Amino acid sequence: MKSAGTIVAVALLIAAGIAIAPLAATEIPPAERRSGYSFMAPDTKAIQDDDTANPGMLWVLDGEALWNSKAGATGNACADCHNDARASMKGVAARYPAYDKALARPVNLEQRINLCRTRQQQATPFAFESRDLLALTAFVAEQSRGAAIAPEATAELAPFVAKGRDFFMRRQGQLNLGCTNCHDDNWDKHLAGSAVTQALPTGYPIYRLEWQSLGSLQRRLRNCITGMRAQNYDYGAPELVELELYLMTRARGMPIETPAVRP
Amino acid sequence: MLALPCAAGGQELRPYTITGDAIVESLTGAPGDAVRGRALVLERTSTCILCHSGPFPEEKFQGDLAPSLSGSGSRWSKGQLRLRLVSASRLNPATIMPSYYRVDGLDRVAPAWRGKPILSAEQIEDIVAYLATLLE
Repeated sequence: MKSAGTIVAVALLIAAGIAIAPLAATEIPPAERRSGYSFMAPDTKAIQDDDTANPGMLWVLDGEALWNSKAGATGNACADCHNDARASMKGVAARYPAYDKALARPVNLEQRINLCRTRQQQATPFAFESRDLLALTAFVAEQSRGAAIAPEATAELAPFVAKGRDFFMRRQGQLNLGCTNCHDDNWDKHLAGSAVTQALPTGYPIYRLEWQSLGSLQRRLRNCITGMRAQNYDYGAPELVELELYLMTRARGMPIETPAVRP
Repeated sequence: MLALPCAAGGQELRPYTITGDAIVESLTGAPGDAVRGRALVLERTSTCILCHSGPFPEEKFQGDLAPSLSGSGSRWSKGQLRLRLVSASRLNPATIMPSYYRVDGLDRVAPAWRGKPILSAEQIEDIVAYLATLLE
């Protein structure tokens, strides 16, 4: 009955000479990719551009202190193994989420930091979105500022990239929208006055003016999923990590901006 | 002409009949209230002006993902407006416009919204009544 109705409706449209848009979404050609930065007002760009004005730098400084603080049963600081983050962490965030052999799946940078705490330092993991986890993540990611985003293109990761892409393309929630409907097809438009943008995660964790805080990419993804009125995923859920991974492959080659500022 | 079955689940949708590209009869059997309809269009939770703009000088933030609502009443009949609100995807499966009076065929709806249409039959009739007044 239902499909018959659709066929009738489509037939009517065809009869009326109305073109029907193809179902397949169009991915953004590499040359047309734009960081969220390029959509911002000059005042907001100025906040990101000036480290003394960028509130995200406060988390980076806290993260540096944590890097050098002893933690866990081993009494080791991050710096005791990794030495100077300026050298050892350079370019690392540009490759995350990355494959973890023991878990046989990708982990994001926050999860990697927590795995290091539990496995190496024998410390308790930080809670997702806690000040400490955001600070340490921001400090590590800031060492990659300017580095080209380069998630590993391995056979181990490929199925997880594919799952993330499937998530991005699939319609869900009461509003029946997929990420692609806005971020591939309508990135040059505005949702109630806000730029839609291309969903290229170049600067996480970001200082978001709407949050008045630093926040992770997963926090941002959960905001969008709530907006679609879809059932959300917990922080650290495999689905969110896979989506992060796919988004990083879309942003391949673009420079890391952490800590970015966004409206 | 087709009569559509209604959704199982939390809330029973009222039955309606699609004729061509329109639902000719009011979902409630009564005409809507255009004044209430305008207020609903501007209400954030209705989601209309996230994507559409229109003759709303008091509203600073209006979307441009979809055509302006100005002139809707001269472009479409009330019946055509009603079907576009109830289920625009019946006319164009690729549309980004949500189906405002539908609870089936959706994936991973958040618990707070599950089994509920985005708008009630009364709200749809109010919005149809308002949009029909937008002649230019």
